Amino acid sequence: MKFIDEYQDNKLARGLAHKIAQRSTKTVRLMEFCGGHTHAILRYGIRQLVPKTVEMRSGPGCPVCVTATADLDKAIALSQRPDVIITTFGDMIRVPGSYSSLQKAKAEGADIRIVYSTIDAVEIAQANPKKSVIFIGIGFETTAPTIAASILKAQQDKTENFYVLSLNKLTPPVMKALLDSGEIKLDGIVCPGHVSVIIGTHPYEFIPRDYAVACVISGFEPLDILLCIDKLVEQIEKGEPKVEIAYHRGVKPEGNRKARQLMEDVFEIGEANWRGIGIVPQSGLRIREKYERFDADKAFSVSPKPPREPEGCRCGDIIRGASMPLECKLFRKVCTPESPVGPCMVSSEGACAAYYQYGTLENSQVT
Amino acid sequence: MCLAVPVKIVSIDGDTAETEIAGVRRRVSIAFTPEAKVGDYVLLHTGYAIGVIDEAEAEETLKLLEEIASLSEVH
Repeated sequence: MKFIDEYQDNKLARGLAHKIAQRSTKTVRLMEFCGGHTHAILRYGIRQLVPKTVEMRSGPGCPVCVTATADLDKAIALSQRPDVIITTFGDMIRVPGSYSSLQKAKAEGADIRIVYSTIDAVEIAQANPKKSVIFIGIGFETTAPTIAASILKAQQDKTENFYVLSLNKLTPPVMKALLDSGEIKLDGIVCPGHVSVIIGTHPYEFIPRDYAVACVISGFEPLDILLCIDKLVEQIEKGEPKVEIAYHRGVKPEGNRKARQLMEDVFEIGEANWRGIGIVPQSGLRIREKYERFDADKAFSVSPKPPREPEGCRCGDIIRGASMPLECKLFRKVCTPESPVGPCMVSSEGACAAYYQYGTLENSQVT
Repeated sequence: MCLAVPVKIVSIDGDTAETEIAGVRRRVSIAFTPEAKVGDYVLLHTGYAIGVIDEAEAEETLKLLEEIASLSEVH
């Protein structure tokens, strides 16, 4: 497939790995923010290709994983209303909440439907005018414009029974929260490629400026990631951190203005609750007042019991990059993709799922 | 969830485009990429084209990677 296969070439990958090895003298710790990168790094054995001086840590870039248990509990409580159809992206359905999961609620009779796109959710609302159709709006800047577009479509089509539970989150503010906490020291960040298609380079500029941490935006094929690591190592070796793009075919420095316009029209910035991190100011998207009739938070009042976290699950630490999946006692013993304890094992972008699927003793070693 | 795949636009009807990847056809919204033309590749994310792939940049990157690989063979 064009723009995919050519970026998986073995010979070119070895050339890049050789270049990184030649360049790298300092021990560096890099965080791949995005769960899609974590999966690609393990799937293609990139940890074995790069020199031992380069340590890779997974970050909080898995929307399902960072959804707070309290917010998931709210979605499950909403599903219990007989007048409601819940629509959601697939991964969300299997995540255990405090007392149930959307999957369990569905098995018990709640009307919960998996959709591929927000367009499908609006169409379900239009086909079921007597029901209230709530879309569970998770995702980062990549997805937020599509959720904005669904609200605009519902308004345009006068679809009055469509609602969004807005749990959207923003990436640069949570990077700031991680750097401010000082819990783990980072030298560089593999910045998320498809978030950056929307936001461009500007929102990351405070990171090299205020924290002296290198930032390179990466695509998702193995050569993209190796090229990104090469640029990060180069910046760190030279002591010149900055924001660079290693995914020029997809990302423009200015991002996608049109998508951002729609997002800014529908949403305003507010705090968000992140699993494992807590409330991070300015890191979430709320529906603006002019679209409040689509806001599930305002239209429906549910009061789920206080949330509780699964005992022994270290998903929160793994999201912050403070622990590796193998450091969790439940990993591969109690917690498996078939019977996940926490969201990091459920999601196709979760770090635990990646280590479970692709991890070998060699590449999943705790460093 | 931030997954996006390159698909080729085969026809456009207003805000919607018919796209193709590996023989699979799908209608997608091009509301965020009004500049997209028939023949362009776009990054498809949950039913929406979020960006148009820059083919010249794609070739440039591959050229760079080939140069790096040929240099590493010499050593």
